[in-house]
Amino acid sequence: MLRFLGRRLVAMVFVLFSISVLSFLIFFATPGVDPASRIAGRNADQATLRAVRKDFGLDRPLPVQYGLMMKKLFITRDLTSFVNRGAKVIPQVTEAAPVTLSLVLGAAVIWVVFSIGMGLVAAVFRGTPVDAAVMIVGLIGISMPVFWLGEVVNLLTQSRFHDTFLFSWVPPLGYTPFTQSPFGWFKSLIFPWLTLSVLYIGIYARVLRSALVDAQEEDYVRTARAKGLTERRVMLRHALRTSLVAFVSLFGLDFGALVGGGALLTEVVFGLHGVGKLTFDSLQNLDLPVILATVMYAAFFIVLANALVDLVYALLDPRVRHA
Amino acid sequence: MGGTIAGEAPVRAGDLAAIGGSPWAIARRRLLRNRIAMTMLGVLVVIVVLCLAAPFYAKHVAHSDPFHSNLDGKTIVKGKSVSVMQESSTGLGLGVTPIGPTWDLHHYFLGADDQGRDVAARLLYGGRNSLLIGVAAALLTCIVATVVGLVAGFFGGVVDGVLSRLLDVVWAFPVYLLAISLSTVLIARGFSWGPFHLESGSLLLPIAIIGVVYIPYVARPIRGEVLSLRRKEFVEAAIGLGASTWRLLWSDILRNVITTVIVFFPLVLAIDMLTEAALSFLSIGVQPPDASWGTIILDGQGLLYTRPAVALAPGLAIAITVLSLNVLGDGIRDALDPRAKLRRID
Repeated sequence: MLRFLGRRLVAMVFVLFSISVLSFLIFFATPGVDPASRIAGRNADQATLRAVRKDFGLDRPLPVQYGLMMKKLFITRDLTSFVNRGAKVIPQVTEAAPVTLSLVLGAAVIWVVFSIGMGLVAAVFRGTPVDAAVMIVGLIGISMPVFWLGEVVNLLTQSRFHDTFLFSWVPPLGYTPFTQSPFGWFKSLIFPWLTLSVLYIGIYARVLRSALVDAQEEDYVRTARAKGLTERRVMLRHALRTSLVAFVSLFGLDFGALVGGGALLTEVVFGLHGVGKLTFDSLQNLDLPVILATVMYAAFFIVLANALVDLVYALLDPRVRHA
Repeated sequence: MGGTIAGEAPVRAGDLAAIGGSPWAIARRRLLRNRIAMTMLGVLVVIVVLCLAAPFYAKHVAHSDPFHSNLDGKTIVKGKSVSVMQESSTGLGLGVTPIGPTWDLHHYFLGADDQGRDVAARLLYGGRNSLLIGVAAALLTCIVATVVGLVAGFFGGVVDGVLSRLLDVVWAFPVYLLAISLSTVLIARGFSWGPFHLESGSLLLPIAIIGVVYIPYVARPIRGEVLSLRRKEFVEAAIGLGASTWRLLWSDILRNVITTVIVFFPLVLAIDMLTEAALSFLSIGVQPPDASWGTIILDGQGLLYTRPAVALAPGLAIAITVLSLNVLGDGIRDALDPRAKLRRID
């Protein structure tokens, strides 16, 4: 087990390193792309460009630039923005993180509860119209662009039905910190939660249903039935339990990706200033230090989630440990 | 976004019972008998035909130019001539609002956008780009992923090590973040490298970006399948008979993994179309004056509360197209996957 952990740790560091290099190369070394001309503006003359290059350290060799940036990001932790000169990058990320975390946590609760419910119902009523209806609803959820769904929700709750008793309590778009007002926090996030969870409810309900259906063919389920257990007990204690393994591993990956900024579109549509929005804004004005910081932050969560999932697998299945 | 593919159970190829024709014939019969999948195929065909007919609609039915602003234009509603951009009647009465849906196919069926352009015509033109980018990117993903999966799984060793690590890195790089990073850098300025040069508005850029980011999702399962096929008796027998590497790859391995690729294609296409819409919505996909369903949603964002049709129509178009693709994809998987037969005795 220790060897497995050690190997996993080395792989994690390797992947994080590769991601930092890859994202650095995308922004600093893509052919035809010059960060200096982006900073200086479209029609800057050669002298200005030279001054900008020198000022931002862009005239140094790429490995040196990369090393300096990583040093400022991880060791001295005083990386500053290119666009707002002097603004520290790391506080920006730590300010945005609670917004994203609130959004993703709430949505995760909703999607786990609903998808388990829908998956169970579909599997129990397998082959009936109920099954087909639940799966079609799930597919519709998967098929809608999340930003569009968010706009439809905004149209209904902020405009068309905002004056009726239905949605008059919905606050304007934006985020209220939990520490400031727990109820306000809930009200400001309930629609973003629902919007974000729709896609995942669809995916997870389908995954769970197919795992449950596969489990029905397994010997241990037949044995459980043969013992005379009730259908309910067989479903919940035997089939569901093993089916949740696939569910849990998928959850780890998606949760990591979302906390890392994957909820970007939801954040943009609902005006939440989370990590995704921060990433997007910094991409828009090519604020390279902020981009690198958010990408590394995102990659860290995703790699961590990957490692945790592997660990859970290894705990459940000894064969994985020695693979 | 990647969850749909990651969530699908891997499909095992081969092993189809040889009753009543070749495996392909059995699969085709099963698919034809799947009424929901066939209905959705019909829906898709209608959407594709409508989008292909965009120039015809714009020129001969609506008589509008969907690529030029038409702020001073007039159109006819119920026999009366009205301005496309109307004086605002609500609030302070300042500014202008584009005309809303007239539900008249000849005159601004879905209304106008904030530049007075015909939304219905733009919707059809936008669909062409959305579909084109989706199909091209999905083809790119599937072809490259098949080659990578075959090579990595078949040759193993160092080749596999390098390719797998490469896939790992792209896999660990969040898909949306990779796509958005690449798009931001490339779309604004275009790409030039030696003799290669792509203009910033070129559709090849979103195609390449979307195509590349999903490669690991398809290549990984294919590699796994090739690895297990490699140890199968019929492959060992072929090796024993002295079959060449090409022959092994072509007629023993590829023929057995091609069903997996076929199953993946519509699902990748569905995800590609959603990704294209997201990138275009963030204004780093299809560039103006070209349209795609994503850019029209973006155009409609500012008009959301006054003229919701502009944003609602393209979103519905995406949702219906992607839903059809997903249902059809499920149908194809059920038809090709021998395990589906166990579940549903037919």
